[in-house]
Amino acid sequence: MELTTDRVAEQKYNFEVVRWFTVMAVVYLVVGAAVGVYIAAELAWPALNFDNPLISFGRLRPVHTNAVIFAFGGCTLMATAFYTVQRTCGVRLWSDKLAWYTFWGWNLIIALAVITLPLGLTQSKEYAELEWPIDILIAVVWLAFTLNFIMTIANRKTSHIYVSNWFFLGMMIMIVYLHVVNSMAIPVGLFKSYSVFSGVQDAMIQWWWGHNAVGFYLTSGFLGIMYYFVPKQANRPIYSYRLSVIHFWALMFGYVWLGAHHLQYTALPDWTGSLGAAVSLAMIIPSWGGAVNGMMTLSGAWDKLRTDYVLRFLIIALAFYAMSTFEGPVMSLKTVNALSHYTDWTIGHVHSGALGWVAGISIGAIYHLMTRLWHTRMWSESLVNLHFWTATIGTVIYVVAMWVAGIMQGMMWRAYDEYGTLANTFVESVAAMHPYYAMRAVGGAIFLLGAVIMLFNVLMTVFKSLLKGDLRAARSDATPALA
Amino acid sequence: MADNKTPPKGLQDFLERNIWGLVIATAIVLSVGGIVEIVPLFMLKNTEEANRFPEIVWQEAGTLPIVAMDENGREQWNWKAGDGIRPYTALELAGRDIYQREGCYLCHSQMVRPFRDERERYGHYSLASESMFDHPFQWGSKRTGPDMARVGGKYSDQWHREHLREPRAVVPESIMPAYPWLDEQPLNGRRMQRHMRGLRLVGVPYSDADIEATPGLLEGKTGMDAMVAYLQVLGTMATLDPNVAYRE
Repeated sequence: MELTTDRVAEQKYNFEVVRWFTVMAVVYLVVGAAVGVYIAAELAWPALNFDNPLISFGRLRPVHTNAVIFAFGGCTLMATAFYTVQRTCGVRLWSDKLAWYTFWGWNLIIALAVITLPLGLTQSKEYAELEWPIDILIAVVWLAFTLNFIMTIANRKTSHIYVSNWFFLGMMIMIVYLHVVNSMAIPVGLFKSYSVFSGVQDAMIQWWWGHNAVGFYLTSGFLGIMYYFVPKQANRPIYSYRLSVIHFWALMFGYVWLGAHHLQYTALPDWTGSLGAAVSLAMIIPSWGGAVNGMMTLSGAWDKLRTDYVLRFLIIALAFYAMSTFEGPVMSLKTVNALSHYTDWTIGHVHSGALGWVAGISIGAIYHLMTRLWHTRMWSESLVNLHFWTATIGTVIYVVAMWVAGIMQGMMWRAYDEYGTLANTFVESVAAMHPYYAMRAVGGAIFLLGAVIMLFNVLMTVFKSLLKGDLRAARSDATPALA
Repeated sequence: MADNKTPPKGLQDFLERNIWGLVIATAIVLSVGGIVEIVPLFMLKNTEEANRFPEIVWQEAGTLPIVAMDENGREQWNWKAGDGIRPYTALELAGRDIYQREGCYLCHSQMVRPFRDERERYGHYSLASESMFDHPFQWGSKRTGPDMARVGGKYSDQWHREHLREPRAVVPESIMPAYPWLDEQPLNGRRMQRHMRGLRLVGVPYSDADIEATPGLLEGKTGMDAMVAYLQVLGTMATLDPNVAYRE
């Protein structure tokens, strides 16, 4: 039955652009993770910098972050948003041309990032490194994406707008605000510009962007994925409508305030940091509400976790979401932040969110999409299971290494000996990090192995569908019967 | 549009049926946090310590050149260390450009927090006004290496050169990449003039004389010279009194 409705969908909707975004997302997952493993290894074994500017840590790190956030995350979001909006609105995308423009535009941006960042062309604002001409291109492509999405909803056949689309929409609007304000710069050359803001105001604007890239791009957008793909894969309705309404509005209102907690005890006025921390703490409630909402959707069908590998990815992602959204507010408290700030604990926190939550929910959604988009089963189900375990084990090793490293750093920096002088020089703390940096590289490599397995499985599934003619059959089925 | 004729049951129901309503409501809700936290930073007087303690800023910036060449080709400084916060010289700015280009800010913070251990390791806590001419700010978010906010004057120029060329020759436990290519990069005076004019447009007080002096000041200098000049000025501009509470 599912296959039949998918055939109807195939002919009615624009799935071709979704297919391209989906495959590119998996390619970029491998690329982004590979660069990540390499720079992790550079920190453990600095000889790997090879005195070569193009692969020096400081230039490659933005390549890693941009590849995983904007290339992998972006293609996943665009694939799932275009898929979800068509299926939940019962109409084809408002504009196929605009959708293809979005695809090629976004991939062009990624190519430009891969070229310019190793050359050292950067605005040096974290996660917003790309220089001004690329920033303009991002704005144009993003607006095309947003407009197409909104107009598709405006054309919908259903009476109500499904909850996933609220979250996608929230992300799109917020990213417009953030990108436009944070990227305001005065060009002094084709690939060089200076932020129009300076010092403390620039710091606050950067972290307003920085935290909301996390809060909206990497949370709200991926919650849109969660609200569609978890119920679909579990084949049950979302646990609570009321909880989704609260989750949505609380997230939209509250997340925006959190950026200030990145600047505790800095020269940012105290009131701003405290306000950020207070709202951060309050955000545990809606975040956990959302996590519970997703997990409890499985209520009465928990046995599916034993057999459904895709569902495992989605549910473990929600567990990481719950954990990270608890850890984040704790780290925003001034007493904890005094220890954790500037240490690898932050990196651990980011990756429990990025590998556990964002990648987990994306990978689950992509496996779900693969079977719907190519009208076939995965080439290998056991490789999906293997991917699940490599991804989970890799993430846990990574995060634990960084927790230990971060707390140790914080303790070493503030330790005093019995004479009342500093117990450690800075470089002693650097030397103490070596085993943990090596362990992190290993955890990352295991995660990367899983990503490579996924890419292989995805490509084999595509070839299988093309060779056996599954996709062609779905497209040419002249009289599809609605069940 | 698929909205049917039944009247909406309350605001939420209305928004779920009207995409434009949802767009506008979401856009409004999303704007609040940013406006409350960011706008006051531009308006409140006590955000910048320089408003209450004008002595920490060099008052001649924009009137006198920071440094110029006399007819014998010698540098003539109108500012000396401790005279107050000022824009970067052309050479320091070129160093700062390299600091950004190489991604130094990813591993080094420039923001000393008001803790006892940081005071003893790095020095006086950083003030907001100390980065008033930093477009963009370089406070950083991670200390894979130590803080740089007050590194100026702590090591000799020669130490910095050797450390940048081969960090492990100077600090065996260091994990910093080496930057041998800085020695081979000449500086471009005209480009730095363009950079300074750009910064002037966003409010950095460079005098015409500062910009005119640039090609002469950069003559024969390398990226390494620029980087060292930048590192050596960090934290040395203002004289801070340990007995004054610059912030609450």
